[in-house]
Amino acid sequence: MTAAKSKSPKAQTEDEKYMLRLYVAGQTPKSMTAFANLKKICEEHMKGRYQIEVVDLLVNPALAKDDQILALPTLVRRLPEPIKKIIGDLSNTERVLVGLDIRPVD
Amino acid sequence: MAKKAGASGEAKTTLEVIPKAPTGIKGLDDITGGGLPKGRPTLVCGGTGCGKTLLGMEFLVRGATQFKEPGVFMSFEEKSEELITNFASLGFDLNELVAQKRLALDYVHIEKSEIEETGEYDLEGIFIRLGHAIDVIGAKRVVLDTIEALFSGLSNENILRSELRRLFRYLKDKGVTAIVTGEQGERTLTRYGLEEYVADCVIFLNHSVTAQIATRRMRIIKYRGSSHGTNEYPFIIDEHGFSVMPISSIGLAHPASTERISSGVERLDSMLGGKGYYRGSSILVTGTAGIGKSSLAAHFVNAGCKRGERCLYFAFEESQNQIIRNMRSIGLDLDRWVKKGLLKFHNARPTLYGLEMHLVAMHKAIEEFEPSIVVADPISNLVAAASEADVKSMLSRLIDYLKMKQITALCTDLTTTASSIERTEIGISSLMDTWVLLQVMEGNGERNRGLYILKSRGMAHSNQVREYHLTSQGLQLRDVYIGPGGVLTGSARTAQEAHDRAESLEHQQEIERKRREVARKKAVLEAEVAALTAGYEAEKDALEAAIATERQREQARVEATHTLGKGRQEDVSKKSDANDRGGRK
Repeated sequence: MTAAKSKSPKAQTEDEKYMLRLYVAGQTPKSMTAFANLKKICEEHMKGRYQIEVVDLLVNPALAKDDQILALPTLVRRLPEPIKKIIGDLSNTERVLVGLDIRPVD
Repeated sequence: MAKKAGASGEAKTTLEVIPKAPTGIKGLDDITGGGLPKGRPTLVCGGTGCGKTLLGMEFLVRGATQFKEPGVFMSFEEKSEELITNFASLGFDLNELVAQKRLALDYVHIEKSEIEETGEYDLEGIFIRLGHAIDVIGAKRVVLDTIEALFSGLSNENILRSELRRLFRYLKDKGVTAIVTGEQGERTLTRYGLEEYVADCVIFLNHSVTAQIATRRMRIIKYRGSSHGTNEYPFIIDEHGFSVMPISSIGLAHPASTERISSGVERLDSMLGGKGYYRGSSILVTGTAGIGKSSLAAHFVNAGCKRGERCLYFAFEESQNQIIRNMRSIGLDLDRWVKKGLLKFHNARPTLYGLEMHLVAMHKAIEEFEPSIVVADPISNLVAAASEADVKSMLSRLIDYLKMKQITALCTDLTTTASSIERTEIGISSLMDTWVLLQVMEGNGERNRGLYILKSRGMAHSNQVREYHLTSQGLQLRDVYIGPGGVLTGSARTAQEAHDRAESLEHQQEIERKRREVARKKAVLEAEVAALTAGYEAEKDALEAAIATERQREQARVEATHTLGKGRQEDVSKKSDANDRGGRK
């Protein structure tokens, strides 16, 4: 689970805003875990530069099709472009950071 | 698991308790006994380009248009726009169906490189999308094409498998009739073993190429709780979509007509018990090249059209125009029947497509044209497209089908001179009711045409080999001349005819002569009679004259005596005299 460790991202633009959207289906344990994990990662690595929107597909099922969601929970990085998708409960911080293209703070 | 499926399917000939959702696809409902299991998922698997997607989409489109069952098409491979374009070429207007809320398209985009997996997840997103689409249009049918794409997009196979199991249960719970497609695997039906989850009905599509000719086939591997056809059925995909031809499902229960129809050659009719072929029978005409098989077929067609029947002519060797031109040379105008719409040609090179395709195409043409006479000219050419055994099986199915429909079939078959004439190349003679053999009779430095009815079931037929000519008035059978060396043909026959004519002339002359002699004898006799009569008349005249003279003499004598007596005052001694005299006074 530590496959992407050697990745060394280049210099990061500090002022980038992260628009994140978390798709869930109701308050399941998985979605709760995912949200908690996401919150933690964001606070640690992009404090003040992120915005999280939680979409409950049970409330808004049509969005699943429009945003091409198949697995839940799914985290979508809407900004900066390009759009990135991370599925799962976000329990593997390193992979989440790789997925979001964020250099981990050492 | 595929191996046992056929047997288990056949063993389960229980009551048809399973409700079925008709597909509306020609032939498929026949072999499934009414359609796919209603409210359950069906797995359609096969290799690339075998028609899985089309089958699924046609199932939905026909469901929406024919059975008022809206459907959801969830595609994992093709985008909705692509699907719409692709199916427009088949005449399915998906846009309209979507607008009418009779069809919902959903393209699930999966790209491994765009997805990062971290920890636990499920496929609830797909469930939500599917459920939403189903609820919005009130779908009764669902197609998932092909859900295996998930395996290449997501790496956690354990999650996928458990989610798939959940998905199929979900579909069942929803009560939708579903088609799930799957790509054929190396040794399994599907690459990822979808058959594990879909246990109700499995349909296998095959697109094989043998000797560069492609053939599509369909097989129902299993159908739980229902009987079904277990063979491989050929199918075609054309501008009207799918057509499956369940021809092999026909048994030997076809009706037998006693009606007879003319062969188009009068004297051939008389050889066939005086009335021609049976309606609905199958006729085989075999012979070597250039013997006149097509001509005989054309006669039959011509006679059929004259009766106002529709004829369908499958030509595997010649074009329509060529046949029409050639038949004109023997005095048959087929063109007018074409113009009247009674005759239709269906020309196709045997190598155009596989044998099954031919069968399906023929089947389709017959369904559309509804002829009462079908000609296949020649069937031997089909061997070019497949093996002998295949051709035989195909023809037996074709003939069974035609018999079922009471269509009279005339097939021509080319035999080579080298092989025995009584063996057709395809070995189908046993399927045929009537077998007309056209053979070359060699002798005296000539090759002449001979016609023989090798068999004709159910009728007394001539046992003679008849010579025939192809004349500008058509095919004409000649009289039979049997010489010491067999049937006389060609110049030998002409000689025999001349000889016969001479002999006949001689007989005629003899009769004339005798007749004249009788006349002469009669004349002589009559002359004699006349002469005798004349003599008699002459004698009679003479005698009568003598009698008259005698009478006069006697009269004269009496008078003379009387005068003498008076003169002498003679006492009358005779009373009679006295009385006379007294009377006179």
